[in-house]
Amino acid sequence: MAIKSLEDLRKIKAESKKQTEARKLNDRQIIIGMGTCGIAAGARAVMTAVLEELAKRNIHDVAVLQTGCIGMCQKEPLLDIVRPGEDRVTYGPVSPTDVPRIIADHLINGVVVEDLVVAKIPSKEA
Amino acid sequence: MVEKASEKQWEQLAELLGKYRGTKGSVIPVLQQAQEIFGYLPKDVLIEISNKLEVPISQIFGVVTFYAQFHLEPRGKNIVRSCQGTACHVRGAKGVLNAIRQKLGLEEGQVTTPDLKFTLETVACIGACGLAPVFMVNDDTHGRLTPESVGPILDKYA
Amino acid sequence: MALVRAHVLVCTGTGCVSSGSRKVIAKFEEELRANALDKEVKVVETGCQGFCEQGPLVIIYPEGTFYTHVQEADVTEIVSEHLIKGRIVNRLLFKEPLTAQSVPDYAEIDFYKKQHRLVLKNCGHINPDSLEEYIAADGYEGLAKVLLTMTPEQVVEEMKKTGLRGRGGGGFPTGMKWGFCQKSPGPKKYIICNADEGDPGAFMDRSLLEGDPHAILEGMIIGAYAIGADEGYIYCRAEYPLAIKRLKQAIAQAEEAGLLGNNILGTDFSCTLHIKEGAGAFVCGEETALMASIEGKRGMPRPRPPFPAVKGLWGKPSNINNVETFANVPYIFRVGAEEYAKLGTEKSKGTKVFALTGKINNTGLAEVPMGITMREIIFDIGGGIIGGKKFKAVQIGGPSGGCIPEQLLDTAIDYDSLIAAGAMMGSGGLVVMDEDTCMVDVAKFFLNFTQAESCGKCTPCREGTKRMLEMLEKITDGRGEDGDIEKLEKLASSIKAGALCALGQTAPNPILSTLRYFRDEYEAHIKEKRCPAGACQHLLSYKITEACKGCGLCAKNCPVDAISGEPKKQYVIDPAKCIKCGACLTKCPFKAIVRG
Repeated sequence: MAIKSLEDLRKIKAESKKQTEARKLNDRQIIIGMGTCGIAAGARAVMTAVLEELAKRNIHDVAVLQTGCIGMCQKEPLLDIVRPGEDRVTYGPVSPTDVPRIIADHLINGVVVEDLVVAKIPSKEA
Repeated sequence: MVEKASEKQWEQLAELLGKYRGTKGSVIPVLQQAQEIFGYLPKDVLIEISNKLEVPISQIFGVVTFYAQFHLEPRGKNIVRSCQGTACHVRGAKGVLNAIRQKLGLEEGQVTTPDLKFTLETVACIGACGLAPVFMVNDDTHGRLTPESVGPILDKYA
Repeated sequence: MALVRAHVLVCTGTGCVSSGSRKVIAKFEEELRANALDKEVKVVETGCQGFCEQGPLVIIYPEGTFYTHVQEADVTEIVSEHLIKGRIVNRLLFKEPLTAQSVPDYAEIDFYKKQHRLVLKNCGHINPDSLEEYIAADGYEGLAKVLLTMTPEQVVEEMKKTGLRGRGGGGFPTGMKWGFCQKSPGPKKYIICNADEGDPGAFMDRSLLEGDPHAILEGMIIGAYAIGADEGYIYCRAEYPLAIKRLKQAIAQAEEAGLLGNNILGTDFSCTLHIKEGAGAFVCGEETALMASIEGKRGMPRPRPPFPAVKGLWGKPSNINNVETFANVPYIFRVGAEEYAKLGTEKSKGTKVFALTGKINNTGLAEVPMGITMREIIFDIGGGIIGGKKFKAVQIGGPSGGCIPEQLLDTAIDYDSLIAAGAMMGSGGLVVMDEDTCMVDVAKFFLNFTQAESCGKCTPCREGTKRMLEMLEKITDGRGEDGDIEKLEKLASSIKAGALCALGQTAPNPILSTLRYFRDEYEAHIKEKRCPAGACQHLLSYKITEACKGCGLCAKNCPVDAISGEPKKQYVIDPAKCIKCGACLTKCPFKAIVRG
């Protein structure tokens, strides 16, 4: 991919936006905060627990992604759940033992795990 | 039980020096990578670097002793960096440091365990202040420590 | 059907009957009669509503209030509250399982309500490993606008109009700095990013580098175009391995996409960027020391002038900005200087990212418009002090900064008001301290730091910081004498006047600022040999009071056998043996041990 002009840049932007939109409408996502703070608080163990839980349930159509530090160290490790067409919801602090509950209740059944929820990013912004 | 530098390590050094010959400002990156090869910076290695980069040994020695990152003595397999930054300080980093010392059986002034498994250093700030107190073991950062929690973490690296 | 005011529908499906709905109906009828409501309110039995696990179910019309798990004992309350007073009984209401929609927005929760995220906009939202996600979030638009529609002179002018001041500490206007370097003659110039975030307690630069690396690159490329540089360096601390990894990847991606390298975006502008890992020296955050370090030398500052804009890296004109400064740049050129300058105060424009740490409930990063008060940051965003303790001071600006006490919490924060308060913006690390923090100990902590990090080139800093540290140790050890405070002040002013670089010149600040607001604490240490916060171990003494029940737990937990006594009688501590560890105090179940 080479960007040689403004048109190229705009094209990539439009495509990338389209992809993100499509993903929001079609895919389920789990996004984990993997900055140094998150990792120090145990984000790697949470990531492992997520991958294990998805494997155990034989779920293969969930995108597991990473993001940087959102600046809320107190609540690390942070984990976001996105369901098609819904708002992106952040949980924290998440321990590996919370992961099965978040996946079963929210990712699969759409019910927010109330005691761990932090806030949401409305889907138009996410 | 300091192991003698192996032939392979010297070969790696030669390759490194070949790559950087003639590049300006290469002293620090060469020293960083040489330390990665040997684990520390033995005298012979410094002399070799000086010869190949054509930088006086006095200048190399000056750089090595200036930066906290360079070491003239062999170091442990695992490097523990206990953060003593402001945020960690006010949240009890001293107690954590003492607990690490105790766990590793280090006397005052001693930094490396006799079996060369661990070297303990203090650093000014790791930048994970939101989780203070913190420490790093090698490249892994661990946060929200208590004197009780450091033992099990260190066990994983032993 | 008679005209009634309300209907009470009670489910009598099998499920609800088995969980007791018959009794509920009987109770309703009884209560309604007792309150003479039986003519106005009618009880109706309904069939199964299919919600058996929530039963017995009661629905009250005309409101349609839906009560679940209603028991006989709840009926009186429903009648008196709902049917008579018209107040809904909240505790019995059906709770819908929480859906994503009913979760509060980030913008609504306390931690984010007063924040204004321009610089941190992408952090925690996009995938830092993806160039496409950065572009989708308007990335490289600013660069395109600059390269395709503006001359370097216009870029510098635009930058001046924003009023942006350097976010690394000093607060020098970025536009002016760019302007100096642009005017410096010479075909070879360098753009440098200072990512040697060394202030303990500050980590916004790390978060930016890790969470939005392309924003830093974009800012640097724009800066390079403005000053006429075709090469640049990011000098990043080796303590940030993840930041270095993400930067390396971002550079590789940008090169592949043609956003770095030759003929960027099809123009004749070219630029390459390299990463240099720092090697662990705080002084390398000083710009001349940083350049010496890139050149492979000891990172020692040199006198200015000549300024880096004239003679910088390898003797060529160079421009150094901090990470957060560069992170502002893409936004500025996307929206324009005028829009940007709307935020902030008269002399300090835009936002500032603060790192909240220490004894505060919500630790983290807060990006706020300049001009907000410290009270808003600490209490509204930060959620106040841990454990409801009393706020004492907030340290800002790291080892070069100072303390802000309670009485100044309502000052609007900008570069100048902080200097006036005896502190400085620095990189924006805020370490909150409560009643248990000793301010003399804090000053000692910082002097310990600057003394260890002094490069040793100039005498005032090398020797002066050592002497000041010794004096502080003397005071906290209980050996302080009359006149020590004055000696400290005198030495501090000599160092401020005589040191070569900013590190040395500002090293006495933690002492001067704690003396300014907490002189009484110094005096208590010196005159009364007492540490009011109970932090300086040498000055503590422990005593057992009459509240002692003689349980002996303290004696059992004392590591040096300094406590003795008989069961059921008051125990005593032998001050000669006591090492003041405090183990007894935390173990005593009767709070009978006091620290003095």
